[in-house]
Amino acid sequence: MKNKVIYTLFILIAIAALCNSFVIENPYFKITKKDVKLKIPKGFPKPNYTFKKNKLTPDVFVLGRKLFYDNLLSKDNTVSCGTCHQRIAAFAHIDHKLSHGIYAKIGTRNVPALQNLIWKDAYMWDGGVTSLELQPINPITSPIEMDESLENVILKLRANKEYVKLFNKAYKDTLINSERLLKALAQFTGLMITANSKYDKYMHKKDTFSIAEKNGLQLFRTKCAGCHKEPLFTDNSYRNNGIKMDTSLKDFGRGRLTEIEKDYRTFKVPGLRNVEITYPYMHDGRFKKLKDVIDHYSNSANHDDRADTLINKIGVLSAQQKKEILSFLLTLTDKEFLYDRRFADPAMLQ
Amino acid sequence: MRSKIVISIILVTILSIKLFGQYSTLQLNFGHYIGDQKLVLDSVMFKNELGQNFTVSKFKYYVSNFHFKSSSGKDIFINETFLINEDEEESKKIILNKLPAGNYTSFDFILGVDSLHNCSGAQSGALDPVNAMFWAWNTGYIFLKLEGFAPNSLSPGKFFEYHIGGYKQPSNCIRKISIALGKEVKTDAAITKEIKLKVNILEILKTPTTIDFSKLSSVTDHKNATLVADNYSDMFKLMPNEK
Repeated sequence: MKNKVIYTLFILIAIAALCNSFVIENPYFKITKKDVKLKIPKGFPKPNYTFKKNKLTPDVFVLGRKLFYDNLLSKDNTVSCGTCHQRIAAFAHIDHKLSHGIYAKIGTRNVPALQNLIWKDAYMWDGGVTSLELQPINPITSPIEMDESLENVILKLRANKEYVKLFNKAYKDTLINSERLLKALAQFTGLMITANSKYDKYMHKKDTFSIAEKNGLQLFRTKCAGCHKEPLFTDNSYRNNGIKMDTSLKDFGRGRLTEIEKDYRTFKVPGLRNVEITYPYMHDGRFKKLKDVIDHYSNSANHDDRADTLINKIGVLSAQQKKEILSFLLTLTDKEFLYDRRFADPAMLQ
Repeated sequence: MRSKIVISIILVTILSIKLFGQYSTLQLNFGHYIGDQKLVLDSVMFKNELGQNFTVSKFKYYVSNFHFKSSSGKDIFINETFLINEDEEESKKIILNKLPAGNYTSFDFILGVDSLHNCSGAQSGALDPVNAMFWAWNTGYIFLKLEGFAPNSLSPGKFFEYHIGGYKQPSNCIRKISIALGKEVKTDAAITKEIKLKVNILEILKTPTTIDFSKLSSVTDHKNATLVADNYSDMFKLMPNEK
């Protein structure tokens, strides 16, 4: 009799343990060593951020993932990084002109996609932030984004049992500080690498282009690649792309930082990968469709008087040429990246 | 027999470490003054060069990259960064314990944070951004914060607020501070040697440029930042009785 009770108890405990491990160890969200291995895509240059002082491990990555999707980073616990950086939009904010923040506040710039970040030499539209690790301090402390202090975030994390466990697992001791928080986020965002679009497959001779796509690529190389340089589709420079200044936003771009005349009203050239789903476009999100962007570049009469010289060289594009460029741009969509399970939020199951 | 040999080997090793790799401990004390008056936060009114009244509510700065010159001409570099804060008594005494025992004739350090440490990503300790000496939107450390109340200030609330930083041209606000020690300072492992520095806040407000609170109540551009940096480059002196 006694044996039977013990036996039943044992079975029950075993079942409970199995159920529990199923929730935690759901293979879709499990991060292995292989998942955090940095692979430099074929043809890509050496990255600027190398993880040298931030060794990639599954446990730190998992901590970074949890932080990225946690509202705790904001003052009233309502906004996370993932609120505006959506996985379905290559971590841009789909269909939102200007960034949305805490207390229903609206920012002054369009949310940029988070992808191939380790090849950038600076972050934000004006390039003000020079380290991937230090970038998150901006949204966290901005009064119109998360309105929280770094100090208070650390206090909240220290008081949270789950984070105490996760930091301990990731760093092998109980210290929770801003350096560890920021490095964990850098592991999660730094591995957001997109290099498996149709364009990449075509370049590596694993896929073919239609005639329109081929013509589009040729046109792109003569008209656009001066700034949107392959394979990252940006030369990391700052330019005036010919749009006139929005008189209510009065955004002086990089000039505000450098106070150098030529930098006024210039913005970082964005990479164009996944451009199909990162709408709306430009630093202030003024164009709804890619077609509007191409029309803008083709219409030099409407360009700002401070427009970059390369923009005025594009000239008038025919309807056919516009269509071809558009079909090429659509080949930059990388479904493998957009559906990469490593970047999904495990909390969405609950 | 064997144990005796082991013990002697250990003893010889300890002795040789003591003799050859001996570090000394040096404490640098930063005393904050307005002219000859000791700084008191908030409650005491002081006067600048133009006779304008002011109080100080905050005074914080970074010192780093120490370099000591020994009497035999040796150069010793200590690459550490400290944040000195008037509001935290302990922060005004910094301990350097990587200085080899010896006789020193002079030393220098920088006020600020060098470009290497400005570009090293997330850091902890003195360089942790939670210390509120960091610009997030334009990556870089604030080297010095001087804030206070001045009736002549035209800003709302009559405050003045100087946040100075920048490690790149044209706004390089790093300043090298050189201190000649009147007589040699001998450091050894047995006792902690102290050097007292007088930090005169009035020097931030004058020479070469006399600051008028009604004209400059906050610094947000490169030109004024370097102007203040040029002013603060002479604010450290050896405490007079140390000479």
